Amino acid sequence: MASTTRTAHPREKRVIFKNIDRPGWTNDIGCYLQDGGYEDLKKAIAMNPQDIVTEVKTSALRGRGGAGFLCGVKWGFIKPGGSKPVYLICNADESEPGTFKDRYIIHQDPHQLLEGMIISCFAVNARLAYIYIRGEFPEGAKILERALAEAREHGFLGKNILGSGFDLEIYVFRGAGAYICGEETGLIESMEGKRPYPRIKPPYFPAVLGLYLCPTIVNNVETLCNVKYIVRMGGAEYAKVGTRVLCVSGDVQRPCYCEFEVGGITMGELIYDICGGLKPGRTLKAVIPGGSSAKVMSAKDRYKIKTKQPDGTIRENEMGLEDVPIDFETLAAAGSMAGSGGVIVMDDTRDMVWALNNINEFYAHESCGQCTPCREGSLWMKKITARMLHGGGVPEDSDTLKRVADNIAGRTICAFGEACAWPTQSFLDKFPEEFVATAKRMGNGNGSTNH
Amino acid sequence: MSAPSELLNVQIDGIWHQFQKGTRVIEACAQAGKFVPHYCYHPKLSSPGNCRMCLIEIGMPKLGPDRKPETGTDGKPLINWIPRPQISCAQDISEGMGIRTESPMVKECRNGVMEFLLINHPLDCPICDQAGECQLQEYSVEFGTAGSRFLEEKVKKPKRVEIGPRVTLDDERCILCSRCIRFMKEVAHDDVLGFVSRGSHTYLTAHPDRLLDSNYSLNTVDICPVGALTSSDFRFKMRVWFLKETKSICTSCATGCNTIIGTRQNQVFRQTPRENDAVNSAWMCDYGRLNYHYVNSTDRLQTPQIREGQELVNTTWNSALVKAGEELKQFSKDGIAVVASAKMTNEELWLTKNLTELVGTSHCDIIPRSGAADDILMSADRNPNTLGAQLIGLTGEKPGLRLKDIAEGVRSGTIKAVLALGEDLTQIGLQADELKKLASLIVLDILPTETTRSATVLLPSSAFCEKRGSMINIKGRLQRLHRATQPPGAARDDWEIVRDLIQKLTGSNGIYLIEDVFKQMTDSIPDMNGLSLSRIGDKGVQLVEETEEAPAAI
Ligand SMILES: Cc1cc2nc3c(=O)[nH]c(=O)nc-3n(C[C@H](O)[C@H](O)[C@H](O)COP(=O)(O)O)c2cc1C
Ligand code: SF4
Ligand code: SF4
Ligand code: SF4
Ligand code: FES
Repeated sequence: MASTTRTAHPREKRVIFKNIDRPGWTNDIGCYLQDGGYEDLKKAIAMNPQDIVTEVKTSALRGRGGAGFLCGVKWGFIKPGGSKPVYLICNADESEPGTFKDRYIIHQDPHQLLEGMIISCFAVNARLAYIYIRGEFPEGAKILERALAEAREHGFLGKNILGSGFDLEIYVFRGAGAYICGEETGLIESMEGKRPYPRIKPPYFPAVLGLYLCPTIVNNVETLCNVKYIVRMGGAEYAKVGTRVLCVSGDVQRPCYCEFEVGGITMGELIYDICGGLKPGRTLKAVIPGGSSAKVMSAKDRYKIKTKQPDGTIRENEMGLEDVPIDFETLAAAGSMAGSGGVIVMDDTRDMVWALNNINEFYAHESCGQCTPCREGSLWMKKITARMLHGGGVPEDSDTLKRVADNIAGRTICAFGEACAWPTQSFLDKFPEEFVATAKRMGNGNGSTNH
Repeated sequence: MSAPSELLNVQIDGIWHQFQKGTRVIEACAQAGKFVPHYCYHPKLSSPGNCRMCLIEIGMPKLGPDRKPETGTDGKPLINWIPRPQISCAQDISEGMGIRTESPMVKECRNGVMEFLLINHPLDCPICDQAGECQLQEYSVEFGTAGSRFLEEKVKKPKRVEIGPRVTLDDERCILCSRCIRFMKEVAHDDVLGFVSRGSHTYLTAHPDRLLDSNYSLNTVDICPVGALTSSDFRFKMRVWFLKETKSICTSCATGCNTIIGTRQNQVFRQTPRENDAVNSAWMCDYGRLNYHYVNSTDRLQTPQIREGQELVNTTWNSALVKAGEELKQFSKDGIAVVASAKMTNEELWLTKNLTELVGTSHCDIIPRSGAADDILMSADRNPNTLGAQLIGLTGEKPGLRLKDIAEGVRSGTIKAVLALGEDLTQIGLQADELKKLASLIVLDILPTETTRSATVLLPSSAFCEKRGSMINIKGRLQRLHRATQPPGAARDDWEIVRDLIQKLTGSNGIYLIEDVFKQMTDSIPDMNGLSLSRIGDKGVQLVEETEEAPAAI
């Protein structure tokens, strides 16, 4: 681990990331216990598991893995008293370009994750849980193994945890080195020793037919950490003050991770106040707000956002990109998504065909290849943008790109279909003239390719 | 015994239908006459939902505030359509479900998938064996567009891969539907195939150090919707649209898999399985499938022959049959033995039984044939009609028990005449010199053997694909063979030869057509009473209960 530490910006509200880069902080259990660690577990384990589920429902906690699914609703799919075992899997496959938060939790504060996980397992009555960690995080896997051993020694894992009668084991499972292993059903297939081909839903909803076809809860690292604070402060309070970690990359002076109350900061504040602004002489062109698959937002656009006023009325505000607050509903209303929290900033020097081609390369490389539209479409889109960049553009390219993307989104087995189609759809929607210009400028007009 | 089946109301393209609960959406559409194109779906395999060809629109009944379905002015439930297209191959119908198979969205989806499947396809139809029975070709015509917007280079993949001893793979043609993988895992119980690499570069291969060498490997060729997996035996031999297709059954073991024999200009080019859930599902084994080449052999016996001294000389049917009749008449009943074959049809066996009764011998049997059974289709009994031979009475409860006495009788000289039908007597331990000592050896067969070479009268007969008739499989199912090709030269159908032989002994017996044989046989065998050849149909009838308890009422 790099030893450079960064101090939190005064505007941040560090909860999940409280111990990240904290002076004097180490990732062993002693340090964690001195700081009040595992107290939330003690509180939780004295509660009725169903009450924890209710608190999580009240908290309106949304999944931090990308889809923003309501965690309490997901947990509610597990019916108590079923005949099959329930599994819980922590999704630590973090691979979405622009996203780098889970790795810090694992490296620097693994016990926070374990505590959140143990509480979550208790709530959904899972007696066996796994942390599926990205294959490229060998150090993280070692740290987790050690943390698990420590937790076992202290009686937070194993038989009869804290005298409650609740038994739980957690194991680390090292991922298979592909982005698609992060898709929850692909992840489950991979854990079963198969290719990580995502499953069709219906019928294979993890909460019904998950790992070994048993009910399974899959949650992101950050999501599970939040459960600890919901237990501590109660769901209603959390709903008001819950935080979210953001990862900022791209054309800012100081790329970073940071944490704010959900909706507690606007795009402009994030870029200019937290990340030191753009490079000298540059202007903001676009932002991808939630990992590479989120739809791109243009700085030229005006966004009409409905907000609830304190008196309960709804007001529609029109605003520029820099004034858009970063929360789930607003970004969705603005036509994109909060996704995985990876904010990618692009300034006016960025060529949008180049940027899209960069994203297309990733998705063409990572499509698992199981279903036709994504398998063939993701590579086709990449080939078109690559050809345009290398001087072989033709006037039809924009139209073809859009139609290829339209033929993928909504027609695939898993959400990778949208993940690879949305960039193309949104780049063409927001910056059509750049695509036309690239095709014209570089095109030889006869449609021949040069490879 | 079975619970009264529940019927569910489903609206398809605006019309309400009723289907059995548990019906797959795609099957319900088919039953309603709305074909939904599909690649990965196969009714006998699991549904991965990967090709996305079967996308349709689905809706669920609209629920009112009381959670009860709301009804429209026509009294039928209103439908809430799901905005995204849904696959129809992996979901069962439910009450009040709405389905659209012809909407603009559905057409667009099919069109999109077709375009995706074609962009990296080599389009080598002119040299592809699958052409003519290729779903990529067929659906392109129906659901695709003529032009291509694809300006890029296609993905390169392995070609002409000998993935197994009998199967050749072209990965560029593969549309990655995984049918072959699922077949090998779920049906053949040999999980030897799989995909490697990722995205559009994914390709099919066999497990390292393994080959697709299962005895069921050629079924993957049948179910491959394109020309990616081809039969090394059939490859490049014949355009499929030239093939004449004849329904029949495989005669290489007692299972009696239902088949289609593909022929052209009186030559067999291939056999493929024909679906019959009571027998072989939709499969057959490679051994049975490929066990036809001998039929096309240039060694086939084509002319009746009689012995003159050391020589067998060609003659006419009539003089051969007259000589056979005369020979048989010379010997008293126990001086004659009949060695028949359980590869013969019921009709042939029944006539043979008549003949044994006519000459009055009790020396008759069939030669058993066995091998290892598997837990899939192949039976340990490699004779296709043992049950028929037993029912007709040419053999006892234990087939082959009487063969030892027959062989000893030949050696000791008590048996002076043998009628051998389709079997080589060296199989029962008789050597050529012992056979030569027989005063009469009347042989029906299709290929030369030690026995045919020792014959006094040689009567060339027909192979399984040249015959009409019936057989009873190991499970007691009566099934039909149909004539796909004519026997070579002057060779004749076995039943006609035996009938004529009987006539040489007795004069006319009123049998002119195979139907006449069948009628006499069914009249004389209680288990077959009331049957006719046409009533057997394409899929056979259960004659004796599988459990061997009570005979089935037909
Ligand atoms: C292609 C693809 C990749 C994904 N990768 C990840 C990942 O790396 N980490 C993650 O937590 N979720 C990932 N997800 C989302 C998971 O499928 C799943 O929704 C999530 O783990 C659920 O956790 P949450 O509800 O706590 O967010 C991915 C989804 C898709 C479609
Ligand atoms: S959408 Fe893409 S990643 Fe998902 S199953 Fe289909 S091919 Fe695989
Ligand atoms: S070889 Fe044929 S059956 Fe197998 S996956 Fe490819 S297209 Fe499907
Ligand atoms: S299992 Fe028997 S009947 Fe079926 S194809 Fe093989 S040999 Fe023929
Ligand atoms: S047939 Fe339904 S997805 Fe392939």
